[in-house]
Amino acid sequence: MSKVRVLVGTSKGAFILTADGKRKNWDVSGPFFRGWEIYHMKGSPADPNRVYASQSSGWFGQVIQRSSDGGKTWETPGGGVTTSPQGMPRGESNRFVYDTSAETGKPLTTHQWYDGTQHPWEFKRVWHLEPSPRDPDTVYAGVEDAALFRSTDGGHTWRELAGLRGHGTGPQWQPGAGGMCLHTIILDPDNPNRIFVAISAAGAFRTDDGGKTWKPINRGLKSPYLPDPNAEVGYCVHHIAMHPSRPDVLFMQLHNGGGALRSDNAGDLWHEVRGNLPTDFGFPIDVHAHEPNTVYIIPIDGEAGRVPPEGKLRVYRSRSGGNEWEPLTQGLPQSHCYVNVLRDAMSVDSLEPCGVYFGTTGGQVYASSDGGDTWAPIVRDLPKVLSVEAQALP
Amino acid sequence: MIRVVLPQHLRTLAKIDGEVELNVSGPVTLCSVLDTLENRYPVLCGTMRDHATGQRRAFIRFFACSEDVSHESPDAPLPDAVASGAEPLLIIAAIAGG
Repeated sequence: MSKVRVLVGTSKGAFILTADGKRKNWDVSGPFFRGWEIYHMKGSPADPNRVYASQSSGWFGQVIQRSSDGGKTWETPGGGVTTSPQGMPRGESNRFVYDTSAETGKPLTTHQWYDGTQHPWEFKRVWHLEPSPRDPDTVYAGVEDAALFRSTDGGHTWRELAGLRGHGTGPQWQPGAGGMCLHTIILDPDNPNRIFVAISAAGAFRTDDGGKTWKPINRGLKSPYLPDPNAEVGYCVHHIAMHPSRPDVLFMQLHNGGGALRSDNAGDLWHEVRGNLPTDFGFPIDVHAHEPNTVYIIPIDGEAGRVPPEGKLRVYRSRSGGNEWEPLTQGLPQSHCYVNVLRDAMSVDSLEPCGVYFGTTGGQVYASSDGGDTWAPIVRDLPKVLSVEAQALP
Repeated sequence: MIRVVLPQHLRTLAKIDGEVELNVSGPVTLCSVLDTLENRYPVLCGTMRDHATGQRRAFIRFFACSEDVSHESPDAPLPDAVASGAEPLLIIAAIAGG
């Protein structure tokens, strides 16, 4: 029987939840990297035993961890003693340094700051790790301040895809209150040259040449925070989701100004599909593993405290690709619930029926093994959940 | 032999129990001690000094012989008691909540 593994990153460490295909009885292991923030963990689609984790701390900075046995043991890639020709230690696996080389055109090194002045790009942390669907040693990292890095040696070394940051709109990019982070990376399963990313608060971008050049894909988005209704960038995109069978169809959760959006042409134009959703705000969005038109959103009151409306934790499901949404409540708290669900904290598995998972800022991880009809907590009292990634295992 | 005491999280990260003992070649300075430490334990690169600038991370402090030497030149000699191993160099994670 197939199994499922749910990787949970929290503000105080990582946890791994596993179950058989019935998904009723769960084993919980962890915390790994106790006391550190784990913004994201994800397993390689090409080799589920290969798992990458972003471990960070306000004191000690960024560490990349890697497992080759499904999360039982971990290593820092390249953490052994190595010395460069100059005699200095390497420790390259934790090194995310912005590219300012002439070979890549010396990308811009400043962005807009809160006071309207230009501010240098400063690396803070890795928000998201996206392993290649084809090669376990290739993995992308979305970082704060916003940039995209790639490793092709299993996380030993990282190189920036500087064409993104060097895009002509770079000086207009600005941080939101949560920082200027590249938090979403979607690799087109059919076209290795096409990558989508999203940045708060710059917007969505796409490359069609493997990361050399990028274009903003924000037409159709609205933002009450921008005076120009047709601004090319400046949008606080919260998350984007794609079904692998339809890589041109994207679903977006935006920060206010439309809320849920859809594009049928790889982001060239977006249109609202909010329909009957109770708010236009939320963070995660995901697509059913087997039904490309079934989409999940967790609406949150945006301006009124970023908590579930009416104190009811509800997942909304659309089976029509948006516009018509139904609340899913069975097994979820329907009174006095004031947790949030962050952008990378929802995921689906590919078992039958599709499993849906999300984690809350209150430390609960909820699971549904029937596509969202019913829910039950796997764990209730973890630290604040930052990310959830589910993966079916053979 | 130079003795170095690391904060708990860095000991865990580098799989170190107790103090670290280092042979530092040349003048014993903050920079030479940290270079030697990072050479022995590359995973510590970037955790005390910024990868790009080499500057001390904001919430890391360095104490020697009951003195805070965090703002001294990294190339200044450390006290003789640290250079001789009589006293350890303390690497401290600053107080912060959460």
